Amino acid sequence: MILKMEKFITLTSTVVPLPIENVDTDQIIPARFLKATDKNGFGNNLFADWRYNKDGSPKADFVLNNTQYSGSILVAGKNFGSGSSREHAAWAIDGYGFKVVVSSFFADIFQNNALNNGVLPVVVSVEFLAEIFASVNADPTTTLTVELENQTVTNNTTGKLEIFAINPYKKECLLNGLDDIDYLLSKKDLIEEFEKKAH
Amino acid sequence: MSNNAQTPPSGGRGAATLFDKIWDAHVVSTVENGPTQLYIDRHFCHEVTSPQAFNGLRTRGLKVFRPEQTTMTADHNTPTIDQDQPVKDPVSRHQLDTFAKNATEFNMPLFYPLGHTNNGVVHIIGPENGFTQPGMTIVCGDSHTSTHGAFGTIAFGIGTSEVEMVLATQCILQTRPKTMRIIFNGKLGEGVTAKDLALYMISKLTTGGATGFFVEYAGEAIRNMSMEERMTVCNLSIEMGARGGMIAPDETTFAYVKGREFAPKGEEWNKKLAYWKTLKTDEGAKFDKELVFDAAEIQPMITYGTNPGMGIGIKEAIPTLNSIDEAGRISFQKSLDYMGFQAGEKLEGKEIDYVFIGSCTNGRIEDFRVFANYVKGKKKADNVTAWLVPGSWKVEKQIREEGLYDILTEAGFKLRQPGCSACLAMNDDKVPAGKYAVSTSNRNFEGRQGPGARTILAGPLVAAAAAVTGKITDPRA
Ligand code: SF4
Repeated sequence: MILKMEKFITLTSTVVPLPIENVDTDQIIPARFLKATDKNGFGNNLFADWRYNKDGSPKADFVLNNTQYSGSILVAGKNFGSGSSREHAAWAIDGYGFKVVVSSFFADIFQNNALNNGVLPVVVSVEFLAEIFASVNADPTTTLTVELENQTVTNNTTGKLEIFAINPYKKECLLNGLDDIDYLLSKKDLIEEFEKKAH
Repeated sequence: MSNNAQTPPSGGRGAATLFDKIWDAHVVSTVENGPTQLYIDRHFCHEVTSPQAFNGLRTRGLKVFRPEQTTMTADHNTPTIDQDQPVKDPVSRHQLDTFAKNATEFNMPLFYPLGHTNNGVVHIIGPENGFTQPGMTIVCGDSHTSTHGAFGTIAFGIGTSEVEMVLATQCILQTRPKTMRIIFNGKLGEGVTAKDLALYMISKLTTGGATGFFVEYAGEAIRNMSMEERMTVCNLSIEMGARGGMIAPDETTFAYVKGREFAPKGEEWNKKLAYWKTLKTDEGAKFDKELVFDAAEIQPMITYGTNPGMGIGIKEAIPTLNSIDEAGRISFQKSLDYMGFQAGEKLEGKEIDYVFIGSCTNGRIEDFRVFANYVKGKKKADNVTAWLVPGSWKVEKQIREEGLYDILTEAGFKLRQPGCSACLAMNDDKVPAGKYAVSTSNRNFEGRQGPGARTILAGPLVAAAAAVTGKITDPRA
């Protein structure tokens, strides 16, 4: 087995709040940055059109340019990652340094892409999400703790905790830093058998 | 290929949906407590989402497992003029060269570079060349892979890690989605297109409304559609979050597939056809969710905001702020600010600057027929820049052969060369900041058609009316 991804176990961090709904992958990484042939460097262009002016200078009002907020957890409004299947979105989020994205709802393909790159999408209730935004708003040093083993996310300001869902197989993969290709390659004989039967 | 007639169609579950039948026929194994290992019949591949996957194979020292089951076409990052010249942008050229290099190095037999007669937008050339056939599982590193569902396939977009899995093993791991059936009873009105039906549906469901579901479309309005129209509807499934959309194959489907380059021939055709005829949802089969719409209620649609769910009938007004639930108001207002529109205002009669006809949503021959038929004998408005981009070289050829080219030229329009073009504006076809584009593509996200570009999604008929009046215009007027 090839250990490709970093293992994910537990994380406590301050958060970057993005209380916008339906953040699509064109905002996460605009198409014009998809010309690369490797996975590196996308972090610099994460949210490029919200983050930079035309001349490349940072837009003061965008959260990534606000020094009050930092950390490896991004908290976003519902339906995060809708739109294109571009895995570049996950590479950009990972490349920027986010390890967890918290939202009340994620688009399907984005969720898969994130997991395939060791970024953990954490689905919380609408109320819990609103409370995180409120805590961070009142105090930017608010931290969250995400524990994968027992699938909990804790708002350390309020002390409230929620259990999040994750597919047990995916959880194993993240805990052990394994990926799907390793698994599929180990099933080659089954695949060939399937093809014979299907013909 | 695995369109097998032997597998019990319902997988032993009694009355089965079309989705169940195809899914069950492609299960290789099931991971304990986890996803299904699904066999993929056809993989489509383009230059933007594949280089990192081929790199992955190299790193692991792997070959492509079934090269003949992957079709490669360059479309996303390509110019729509002077395709016979070297591509000017060095970064784009490098990506295209890498694509070609990967095709050669991995011995891929179905590689269609720029200028090849089978080249074009991936979801257009698949069906057009007979790669797409009923009963298949189809994937591509592009979310609009749902287009192929029009043929009664399970087709969906995947990320680059999954592209690597398919190249390496012809399988991916997928969690079985829930199923939804959306029925459109009755007939579409005069001047209302398949695109309008889809935009209407998305405006009702919202962009996340079908997340986690695989949708089957049914009902009289769907049955009456041509394959081109069905592809438009299935194409847009992803815009309401669905994993994919599908329509049971029927005589319309079989007639479309028959005789195409990669379609089965002779005895093989008869065998396949017999199987394809079994591909429909059994009476009494259960869906996790069912919705019913009346097709006659649908008007020509336009979008006013920055996601495809923000659609209204062309005569309607933008919703007022009060009608939006509180959590969504910031996003709604942000969206209107970006578009330069006011809550509650009507858009009919607004001046626009660009018209784009093309993309895997509306870049097929029928779309050009509809457009040409409307502009015939009229003239392009002076204030409008129009980009007419056929979805493939075959479409381009047909436009010329059917005499549409002459109609378009006479009306003051020029035809460009095939590719995704202004659908995602990776090439030079970018709408300038602040300008309005009536676009037959599928996404009106901020900056989708260029930084600051303001996209109004519409069908080919509304686009045609806008192109000749220079304004948002009801094509039925
Ligand atoms: S036309 Fe647009 S949506 Fe279709 S494949 Fe190309 S970029 Fe994707």
